[in-house]
Amino acid sequence: MTAQNIVAADTDARPRGDVLLRASDLAKHYPLRAESLTKRRRVLRAVDGVSLDVRGGETLGIVGESGCGKSTLGRCLVRLTDITSGRVEFDGQDITTLSARRLRRIRPGMQLVFQDPQASLNPRRRAGDIVAEPLLIHRYGDAAAVRRRVAELFDVVGLASAHLDRYPHEFSGGQRQRIGIARALATSPKLIVADEPVSALDVSIQAQVLNLFADLQEEFGLTYVFIAHDLGVVRHVSDRIAVMYLGEIVELAATEALYSAPAHPYTQALMSAVPEIDDGPATVKGAGAHRRERIVLTGEVPNPVAKPTGCTFHTRCPYARERCAVEHPRLTETASGRRAACHYPLDGQR
Amino acid sequence: MPDQPLLDVTDLRVSFRTRRGRVTAVDGLSFSVAPGEVLGVVGESGSGKSVSMLAVLRLLTNPNVTVSGEVLFRGRDLLSLPDKQMRAIRGREIAMVFQDPMTALTPVYTVGWQIAEQIRAHEPVSRKEAHARAVELLSDVGIPDAASRVNAYPHEFSGGMRQRAVIAMALACSPALLIADEPTTALDVTIQAQILDLMRELNARGSAVVLITHDMGVVSEIADRVLVMYGGRVAEEGPRQAVFHVPRHPYTWGLLDSVPRVGGTRLRRLPTIAGVPVSPDSLPEGCAFAPRCRLRHERCDERPELSAAPGTPAHRDACRLPADDRTSLRLTARAAATGAAAAEHAGRASKAERADKADVEREAAP
Amino acid sequence: MLYFAARRFLSALLVMFAISVLVFLIFFATPGVDPAARIAGRNADPATLAQVRHAFGLDRPMPVRYLLMMKHLLVDRDLESFVNRGARVIPQIVQAAPVTLSLVVGAAILWMAVGILMGTAAATMRGTAVDPLIMLVGVVGVSLPAYWLGEVVNLITQKQLHGTVFSWVPPPGYVGLSQNPGEWALHLLFPWLTLSVLYAGIYARLLRGEVVTALNEDYVRTARAKGLSERRILVRHALRCSLIPIVSLFGLDFGALVGGAALLTEVVFGLPGIGKLTFDALQNLDLPVIMGTVLYAAFFVVLANALVDILYARLDPRARHA
Repeated sequence: MTAQNIVAADTDARPRGDVLLRASDLAKHYPLRAESLTKRRRVLRAVDGVSLDVRGGETLGIVGESGCGKSTLGRCLVRLTDITSGRVEFDGQDITTLSARRLRRIRPGMQLVFQDPQASLNPRRRAGDIVAEPLLIHRYGDAAAVRRRVAELFDVVGLASAHLDRYPHEFSGGQRQRIGIARALATSPKLIVADEPVSALDVSIQAQVLNLFADLQEEFGLTYVFIAHDLGVVRHVSDRIAVMYLGEIVELAATEALYSAPAHPYTQALMSAVPEIDDGPATVKGAGAHRRERIVLTGEVPNPVAKPTGCTFHTRCPYARERCAVEHPRLTETASGRRAACHYPLDGQR
Repeated sequence: MPDQPLLDVTDLRVSFRTRRGRVTAVDGLSFSVAPGEVLGVVGESGSGKSVSMLAVLRLLTNPNVTVSGEVLFRGRDLLSLPDKQMRAIRGREIAMVFQDPMTALTPVYTVGWQIAEQIRAHEPVSRKEAHARAVELLSDVGIPDAASRVNAYPHEFSGGMRQRAVIAMALACSPALLIADEPTTALDVTIQAQILDLMRELNARGSAVVLITHDMGVVSEIADRVLVMYGGRVAEEGPRQAVFHVPRHPYTWGLLDSVPRVGGTRLRRLPTIAGVPVSPDSLPEGCAFAPRCRLRHERCDERPELSAAPGTPAHRDACRLPADDRTSLRLTARAAATGAAAAEHAGRASKAERADKADVEREAAP
Repeated sequence: MLYFAARRFLSALLVMFAISVLVFLIFFATPGVDPAARIAGRNADPATLAQVRHAFGLDRPMPVRYLLMMKHLLVDRDLESFVNRGARVIPQIVQAAPVTLSLVVGAAILWMAVGILMGTAAATMRGTAVDPLIMLVGVVGVSLPAYWLGEVVNLITQKQLHGTVFSWVPPPGYVGLSQNPGEWALHLLFPWLTLSVLYAGIYARLLRGEVVTALNEDYVRTARAKGLSERRILVRHALRCSLIPIVSLFGLDFGALVGGAALLTEVVFGLPGIGKLTFDALQNLDLPVIMGTVLYAAFFVVLANALVDILYARLDPRARHA
């Protein structure tokens, strides 16, 4: 194990550039069908008042349980879906209400990688054509130039040129995800939003694809928004992490700070619920596994259509007090300099 | 004899007849489960971990499947038992819980009805009695307000609740053995923690548990003993501490190293296992893991037998590397993994090496 | 539920209104159908025609004529046929309805029983020679047209073998259930068989597919793991779930048949049902009867749709709250 392979815990992993992507008070609501004439139409607040910045070259992880709105947020950030309210700026330009035509000019700069490589690749097209498609759409150049670029992209993501003429079903899951990544890279984007890109893969393949993400970032200076439910994966890839619960960000912090001392009780519970591998005494690993006290949350995530009043987490929070049921906490700086949406944030008291 | 195993599987083989010929999913698997222990079975897709457990319960109904070997449960060979006796064991002495709670329950009956059906299949009790026991079981597995929730339909339950209901059903006849196939994979991590607690509780009440999973963390939390499977065979088995603290098989090393952790050192790049999991239709003659192994040598063409680690007879592995000094070999392998990966990153692997990798991947692709 | 029922009822009314207007317009847009000429009889002089036109209100504007016809049909219930003077439409339909109902109910019981048996048997014997054999029988059933099959059945039972094997078969026609139940059944036996052959084939094929899918579902594996018998797994779990889509389809088929879609079978076997009534009215371009039967048919199809929805909710708890 070489020393430079270890990410230092106390420094920011990568030098950060200017803000590339900024969301302000972003919301995405889905109206539900009325149950009767008399009742009011209910609204699913999938994303509710999310503000965040992503700086050039960094990886922002978004983590949360199913139904927390992390995927919807990802789609809002690249305007793959219309936004109910709030504002998204990409590279200094407000893209919240851009028309489809104007949006198309921005598209090459921001791409999406999906969870299920099987479902996101057209089964009737050859791998080479799938990767070439964005190049043709955005008029990259003549046929020869496109061919050269596709071959280059295949090389970059670790696929052989012999794979160009194969169909998606002839590939393994990991290779299919490589095709999806090559397609996303085709237009040389600045930003890639990856939605659970490794959750369908076996652990050994997952590690390969995660390494590919790391290499590509280093080589092309990419900025990632990395959405995942696996806390180990998110920790591995992210410089900063936003924790979501019921459509809101409850905590936003640098990775090491978040994992070593979560400020929001939900983050703490989430971390403590992850089953950890006990490698035993620090013989081989270099660092011994530290056991943490487990906080098993009672109950389940409430229905996002009928969110609890006050703090949305108060129904399951082990530290909830009266105020939490009434007053909605905003994501603000805590006394210890962390950003958490909590009236009574934890202060490293683990 | 107190040490007599509850379940003793010897040389289990499962093969499927496909258009491309015979495919071996489980290739001479032997293992045992002691009364009251938790056995964690880990492996990636295609390792045969689920298929072998379905074969144990004779739940592989596909007419193209052939199962052979010996599965002794409390001294009776399940594979040669008449159907009727086998049914009496299923659900009563051995229960099984599956991965996806969303589809595991029949959608048109209430949860309580389905639990009562299980009880009444094995015990001569009245409908009313069975219903009352269903309520009790649901409340045992932590479903609030069980008396009214018993009449809910599966779709009215969340995923976690459904998995609880499925577990309640499995527990209905207090089975001596529970086989759980990825019971928490489809669930969120906070719900997973609740379900694992439930399994622990169940184990404390005396049931042995076979937990099939791909998550090394889950195994590390709950198992007494671990069985690592690869290519339908056992790669390594032993007490949990032994397998996690001093793993012996290169595949186990790879599995442990390639998982990004929530604690400890953060690596920029993860050590990986090259290639993709072996597919049942292209099992090599020798060691199944050899094509992906960084320490393979000529002897790996010969199939390795399970052999005990020096000094710990319960810890066995199927590898042709020298039996002593596996720890330093592991470090060598990891350096190779990191080095190869770094080389690939820096200058991109040489053409030949990449073509080689592509070959491995292509062979394994379905 | 009330909201649901009200919405349903309104949409049904709308559908029936639209159909009636459509029938009315198509009728008067068809060349050579001047009702006055039919009512007045052959070679009527222009004065008589004009008189008839006036008497029947045929000289009024179209909307008025439509409303008049609807008033006679639905409010006064004294709408008369244009062709058979004095024959009122409603009593004709009332008389024909039980014939069709008898035919369709009997056939439906037959085809559902046979279809479910064949479909389930084929699904459980997948991988053996029985499965394709059953399905072949089903395809043959589907591909026999009812009028042809009916004629062949008639030929055999009434002519070729009437003297020997089928001497007990009564001549084509209908005997009311209340008059003589035995004769009723005897008269309807071959029409039932003929009509159900087609549907049994269709339903067997559909059900086989559903059961095969169900047998691969996770819940069936759970049922096996519970230690249930194969029979119970098949009937209570796989078949029970497979019947949901089948039953909704059945409702629609049943509604359409009661509404007159059994026309060919009725005509071939000389049964004076709704289908036959519609058939005759169409041949004579007898607007009042056409209007009556079409509205009656639409009513049944709409009713069947509503019943299917309710039944669906009964069968599938998932549909109850959606």
